[in-house]
Amino acid sequence: MSIEIAGVGKRFGDFVALEDVNVSIPTGQLTALLGPSGGGKSTLLRIIAGLEEADSGRIEIEGVDATHVAPQKRNVGFVFQHYAAFKHLSVYRNVAFGLEIRRRPKPEIKTRVTELLELVHLEQFADRLPSQLSGGQRQRMALARALAVDPGVLLLDEPFGALDAQVRKELRDWLRRLHDEVPVTTVFVTHDQEEALEVADEIVVINAGRVEQVGSPDQLYDTPANDFVMRFLGPVTQLGPDLVRPHDLELHATDPGDGLPGTISRITRVGFELRVEVASADQVVLVTLTRTEFAALGVEQGSPVYLRLAHGAPTVPVQTPVAALDEPDPVPA
Amino acid sequence: MDEETYEDDAQRDLDREHGPEGVRLAGVLYEPAEPGERAPRRRRKKKTRATYLFRFIALAYLFFLVAWPVSLVVKNTFANGLSDLTDLLSDPDAIKALKLTIVVAIIAVIVNTIFGVGMALLLVRYQFPGKRLLSALIDVPLSVSPIVVGLALVLVYGGRDGWFGVWLEDHGFQVIFATPGIVLATIFVALPLVIRELVPVLEEIGIEQELAARSLGANAVQTFRRITLPGIKWALIYGVVLSLARSLGEFGAVKVVSGNVLGQTRTATLMVEEKYLNFDKGGAYATSFLLVLVAVSCIVVVSLIRPKEKRK
Repeated sequence: MSIEIAGVGKRFGDFVALEDVNVSIPTGQLTALLGPSGGGKSTLLRIIAGLEEADSGRIEIEGVDATHVAPQKRNVGFVFQHYAAFKHLSVYRNVAFGLEIRRRPKPEIKTRVTELLELVHLEQFADRLPSQLSGGQRQRMALARALAVDPGVLLLDEPFGALDAQVRKELRDWLRRLHDEVPVTTVFVTHDQEEALEVADEIVVINAGRVEQVGSPDQLYDTPANDFVMRFLGPVTQLGPDLVRPHDLELHATDPGDGLPGTISRITRVGFELRVEVASADQVVLVTLTRTEFAALGVEQGSPVYLRLAHGAPTVPVQTPVAALDEPDPVPA
Repeated sequence: MDEETYEDDAQRDLDREHGPEGVRLAGVLYEPAEPGERAPRRRRKKKTRATYLFRFIALAYLFFLVAWPVSLVVKNTFANGLSDLTDLLSDPDAIKALKLTIVVAIIAVIVNTIFGVGMALLLVRYQFPGKRLLSALIDVPLSVSPIVVGLALVLVYGGRDGWFGVWLEDHGFQVIFATPGIVLATIFVALPLVIRELVPVLEEIGIEQELAARSLGANAVQTFRRITLPGIKWALIYGVVLSLARSLGEFGAVKVVSGNVLGQTRTATLMVEEKYLNFDKGGAYATSFLLVLVAVSCIVVVSLIRPKEKRK
C-alpha cells in the first residue's frame, strides 16, 4: 500500500514548512522521515494522516486520492510522540477504541485486543489506566491501539522521542522486529540519524521543507547527495575542498606517496576510539581510528604525519565550511 | 501553528505529567502521572506557630464573613419553630415565586451549558481574528453591575420603546416584565461561568487525544462524547453548579426586567426583598433559607460525588 506525495506545500503564516515535496513511499516497508527539528517532517506526516491539510499538492494512499479525505476515513494508524493515551480509559479500552467506533461485535473486539496486548507485551496491564504505565509501556499501548483497526498505513511521529535512552533503544529493536512480524507500510519521523539508519528500510531526508535525498540507509551513507545529507548522517571533516568521513582517512607515519603532510595537534580518546586532529597547510583535519591502529603507528602529539583518503570513500564538495571540530578536553593518550 | 508550537505543547504536556506536585484544576488535584518517575515527595512541613496563626486568620475571616451571617439566617428562620417556613410554603404566591426561580434557573443553566461548551471549544481549539475581543466580551457580564444589565435589556427589548422589543411585542411576544426577560437577564449574568471553568481544562488536556480519536475513525460527535467530554467532566459539573447558584440568586438585573408582579413575575430573591421591606422578617428569612439550602446542597453533592483527591 504505497503512499504517493506529489508537489505538497504547506505554510504556517510566513513560515514555509514544506515546499514542493515529491516522495513515493513503498508498500510494506519501514520508511523514516529524517531531518532536523522544524524541518517539516512532522508536518508531512500529519498531512499524510489528514490531521493537517496541505496548501497545495496531492496525497495518494494505495492509489486513491486522499488529499481531501477526513482523517477518520483514511484507514491510517497514527502514533504520537507523547502517546496521546485516552487518560480516562483502561489500557484495554484504549486499544479497543477504534473497534468500538466501528461497532464490531464484542467477542471479536475481545479476541483482537487480547491478541494485540500480547503482541506488545501488555496483557497483564489490560485493566490499568495509562497513568499507571511507564512511558515505554504507554507508547506500546498507543502502537497496539493504532494497529487494532488494521490500518493500511502506520504513521509514527517521533515515537521514541519522549523516552530515555535505554528504553528508546529497546523499543527501536522491538519496532523493527514487530514490523518484520506485521509488515504494514510504516512511516516514522525521527531526528536521530542512528535510529533511522538502524531501523528503516528506506530513509527520506527532509530539511527546511525540502526533500534532500531518498534512499536505503547504505545508499545515503555511502553516496550522500549533498553536504547536508553527509553532515546529517554522521561525523564529517574537511579535507581540501571536500567533506569526508573522519574514519575514512588513513594516518601514516611515513609518506605513502600521495599523502598530505601535517602535524598532530591534538589527540582525544573516547573509549576505544581515538580522535586525532592533524594541522595541515591551512586546515585542521579530524581523523578517527581505533586504539590498536593508533598504537601501531607509534606517533604522538606534535609528530609529523601523512593523511590519505581510503580508496572508494565518499566525498562531497563543501558548500559551507565545517564548524569547529568536537571539543572535549584532550585526554593524554 | 508550526512545528515548534507542537513541540512546545508536547513539552508542556511532559512538564505537567512529570511535575512534582501535580496540577490543580477546578479544585481537582491531578497527581503526577508516573509513580516511578515522580520526583521525591516534598516532606510535610513541620507545623510551627506561624502555621497555626495563618490557619486561625483564615478560619476567622471565613467565619465572620460567611459562616456566621449565613448561620444567623438559618437561626432566624427557625426562631419561631417551623411556623415561618410552613407559612411560606402554604402561601400560593410564594410557591409561584419559588417555582419561577427554579424554572428560570434551569433554563438559564441549560442554555449557558450548551453555549458555554461550544464557546470554550471555539476559544481554545480555533484561531480566528477577533478572538481576544470575544474572550474579553465574555467577561463583561462579570464586570458590569447586574442592574446595568437589566437597564440595557429594557433598552433593547422594552415593549414600549425598546429597539427590538416593539417589533416583538407587535408579534405577540412580550419580553420585558415577563418570564422571557427574567430568563434573558439570568442567562446574561451567569454566562461566563461555564466558559471560564472549561477553558483552562481544555487547554490543559490539549488536542492530541482528540486527534488520536479522529485517526482511529471517530467522527466529531463521537470524539466529543467519548474523549473530550470525559476529560472536561468535572470542570463542566463545577461550572454548572456555579451557574445554578448564580442563577438562583440573581437579583439586580431581574428586578429591573421583571416588573415584580406578585404571583407572575416575582422571583424568590425579589420576594425576599419585598417581605423584608414589609416587615415580614420571618418570611424573608424563610425564603433566604430555602435559597441557601439549594445552593449549599449543590456544593455538598458535588464535593461528595467528585473523585476523592488522592492522599498518600
